[in-house]
Amino acid sequence: MRNVTTRTPARSRRAARGAADEQSAPPPGADGDGLELVQLLSTEGERIAHPDYPLEVSPEEARSLYRDLVLVRRVDTEGTALQRQGELGLWASLLGQEAAQVGSGRAMRPGDFAFPTYREHGVAWCRDVPPVNLLGMFRGVNNGGWDPAEKNFNLYTIVIGSQTLHAVGYAMGMQRDGSDDAVIAYFGDGASSQGDVNESFVFAASYNAPVVFYCQNNQWAISEPTERQSRVPLYRRASGFGFPGIRVDGNDVFACLAVTRAALERARTGNGPSLIEAYTYRMGAHTTSDDPTRYRGNDEVELWRARDPIERLRKYLVREGAADDAFFAEIDEEADRLAAEVRAACLALPDPDPLSMFDFAYAEPHHQVAAEREQLSAYLAGFGDEEADR
Amino acid sequence: MSPKTASGTVTLAKALNMGLRRAMERDPKVVLIGEDIGKLGGVFRVTDGLQKDFGDARVIDSPLAESGIIGAAVGLALRGYRPVCEIQFDGFVFPAYDQITTQVAKLHARSLGKVRMPMVIRIPFGGGIGAVEHHSESPESLFAHTAGLRVVACSNPVDGYWMIQQAIESDDPVVFFEPKRRYWDKAELDETPAADRRPLDRAAVVRPGTDLTLAALGPMVRTCLDAARAAQEEGRSLEVIDLRTVSPLDVDTVAASVERTGRLVVVHEAPVFFGLGAELAAQITDRCFYRLEAPVGRVGGFHTPYPPSRIEEVYLPDLDRVLDGVDRAFDH
Repeated sequence: MRNVTTRTPARSRRAARGAADEQSAPPPGADGDGLELVQLLSTEGERIAHPDYPLEVSPEEARSLYRDLVLVRRVDTEGTALQRQGELGLWASLLGQEAAQVGSGRAMRPGDFAFPTYREHGVAWCRDVPPVNLLGMFRGVNNGGWDPAEKNFNLYTIVIGSQTLHAVGYAMGMQRDGSDDAVIAYFGDGASSQGDVNESFVFAASYNAPVVFYCQNNQWAISEPTERQSRVPLYRRASGFGFPGIRVDGNDVFACLAVTRAALERARTGNGPSLIEAYTYRMGAHTTSDDPTRYRGNDEVELWRARDPIERLRKYLVREGAADDAFFAEIDEEADRLAAEVRAACLALPDPDPLSMFDFAYAEPHHQVAAEREQLSAYLAGFGDEEADR
Repeated sequence: MSPKTASGTVTLAKALNMGLRRAMERDPKVVLIGEDIGKLGGVFRVTDGLQKDFGDARVIDSPLAESGIIGAAVGLALRGYRPVCEIQFDGFVFPAYDQITTQVAKLHARSLGKVRMPMVIRIPFGGGIGAVEHHSESPESLFAHTAGLRVVACSNPVDGYWMIQQAIESDDPVVFFEPKRRYWDKAELDETPAADRRPLDRAAVVRPGTDLTLAALGPMVRTCLDAARAAQEEGRSLEVIDLRTVSPLDVDTVAASVERTGRLVVVHEAPVFFGLGAELAAQITDRCFYRLEAPVGRVGGFHTPYPPSRIEEVYLPDLDRVLDGVDRAFDH
């Protein structure tokens, strides 16, 4: 068994391309295992040319992506704070995965459809889903509650991997509608072991469905390292199913954007599914209930901190002269304002009426549900009388 | 295609096929997905000819993966389709149990009513055909225990024809059990639509009687009708109810019957333990306590794995076991 706390530091393969300095080594996996990894932005904020992904980013676009990353991180931090203060029962932090989510989220067109796990707060942001919508389930006032069709962003799915099949089915529906939109199925390294994920690969391949499988390999499935899930790099799984797989630096928002765009384009032009492994890192705990110090060392966390997705884009913007201190300060202020709004909206979420649990058990009348609702209503009304008597 | 066979009668398998065809003709969003349902027409031929007539975009031969069938159908439903899934045999539904219970059943509630899952999951169920393991089970209670699912079972060609169409029209997911040993039973089928068609959530009194009520599900309805005829010769008048629906359970119809007869025996192939009979016994005891002349009886399978086929006739309730249950109710 490999000792996961002593990963071999990676050498830079970019040196071979003569692209940049040796200091900003790409993440392990880039050439630590001799494998291709698409990177368009070094950890020092330098643009890297890639023959297959000639991404043109305007200064405005780069600033906009920076804003997305900062705001998404700020909302996430607020989520963690709200949980710590007892306002949320749980929060699943995306800390460290902002670029993987914003890059892929911004690659989508309005008609495309995202099937998230429960951690895709950054994708939700890109789909214009109000952040407070995401808090309901974590606060315990609902189990989701939003309409997936409104922003083409499905409800969060907690059972690991289930949504990948829904994504394929949705893509099969798009095929039947003659649509040129496409679907992204989000999942993680842990989910790659699930039967449903593997079945979704089979179905997508069999029907040539317009779907992009987007695996954020954040290295840890709660306490289990990716090595527990797979003997081969995850993106290589795709070849066994008959479609391309590619690994992208998940902390590089440009690379995630370019690679996802290409995969979506491939899907919408009838060339079928593909798998993207966004190689990233979960900087925080699995959820607020988790204690990662029990299973991973701080050296590893520090290694990844140096690859921070926001910091590298900030360096790029400075290097390019595309943003100044005033811009960064303005974004920070906007982030704080947004966090305050999210907090206020969270605290204002009303507890549901107890009888509302019966409301949507079925779409059509069901006599068992109706009878039980009546019984509970009468029971609760009894307490109401007692209150009134006092 | 003629609505009736030359003899004027159709088998249950044919009636289901005709019902599926009508639903597909009526609504282009109805799609079928399952294993071997295309060219082969399903292992029981329930989808015979449908792929030829509606194309492979609407009659979809799936990879051999039950969770995949149901999970993909969830996505199709989210896109506005009305998928009808075929699970080849009862014992093969369990790879899909997760998708059915955690996703299909809950998406309407999870979305606070914004998502609907108009999906039908067809499952040939029950024993009596001499099959190998996993081909003879009756898992209806396992689905009835999950809110969000409707669970029904047809027992005859006429119900098969209408109930499958009603299930497809329902905006709720319906687990639709088909009694596989009755696929070849025949009946006269009149396809004329009737405004007073019995709703999908109601049981039917299929033989009136005065002395005892037999409430049966799916393949046991015919067995109970046979038992009632035999009892008639012994001077006992048994009322037979075809339960048709397990969730919701039509307790009203059963209670009304018990108010007339004073005795109830519930008959199903599924194990008695924690089964449909247990739920009915509890609810009827609650509602008809002072009218009951005897405890509610239950006749069904045992708390064993479904036995090898050479002894399945001992496991399955037959006419004698039903009459034994009837005797016990009268002897009380």
